[in-house]
Amino acid sequence: MIPLSWYLMLAAGLFSIGLFGVLVRRNAIAILLGIELMLNAVNVNLAAFWRYGDVKNMAGQVFAIIVFAVAAAEVAVGLALVISVYRRRNTVAADELDMLKW
Amino acid sequence: MTIAQIIFLIVAAGTLASAVIVVTTPNLVHAALWLVSTLFGVAVVFALLNAGFLAVVQVVVYIGAIAILFIFAVMLTRREQRDFGQQMNRFWWLGALVAVATFAGLAAMLQSWSGLSGAAAADLPIGFDSVGALGDALISPQAFVLPFEVASVLLLAALVGAVYVAFNRK
Repeated sequence: MIPLSWYLMLAAGLFSIGLFGVLVRRNAIAILLGIELMLNAVNVNLAAFWRYGDVKNMAGQVFAIIVFAVAAAEVAVGLALVISVYRRRNTVAADELDMLKW
Repeated sequence: MTIAQIIFLIVAAGTLASAVIVVTTPNLVHAALWLVSTLFGVAVVFALLNAGFLAVVQVVVYIGAIAILFIFAVMLTRREQRDFGQQMNRFWWLGALVAVATFAGLAAMLQSWSGLSGAAAADLPIGFDSVGALGDALISPQAFVLPFEVASVLLLAALVGAVYVAFNRK
């Protein structure tokens, strides 16, 4: 069967790709896409450690569900912010959003 | 190589490849659609891990709600950055370096971690119902009922906040 390290390597790769997207993309929506990839990598880790640890202890899966809820909340608020900013500034490029700079 | 290993390798390769397309493609609608492919790959990984409920929630919440929300947001905000314009900032090589370093660091840490054996997971106990156990854990006062309720309050706050922020005052 599948060793634990395969799942962990998949999660590490997914996390690194998401990190690259967050650091590099200019479009604010693309940055949120990268954050989604990173959250999914964390969920793969949580589910894998639940399966390879004590199966009767559901903490890993419960934690993954909390991450689902946080991800849904984060996307809803994040995209609302992006749309609101787009209405005011007519741009979604993250490096042009400097209203808080003075 | 067992069947499960072959399935895992195919799914993992597809997941990582579509994730790379998500962060590199200039067309954001395509990026959102490739995100659906990545999320589906992760759902298959959950199924391989016997986490059936997580796999279903992944499809319903992530693919059904979050990915569609992304596509709507892209459609509401595109226009200028669609096919022209710089998609990556000028420090993209630095970002790539940080990402590769993160992956190398995680891989090195995994190599040196003593808790990692090559053994497969133990079989699930006979008659063990992981979805039922998860439901019991979520509503049991001895377990996770408080985080569960706090998460529902968080979702309500996010709902109200999203409506408030995106509301068009005119």
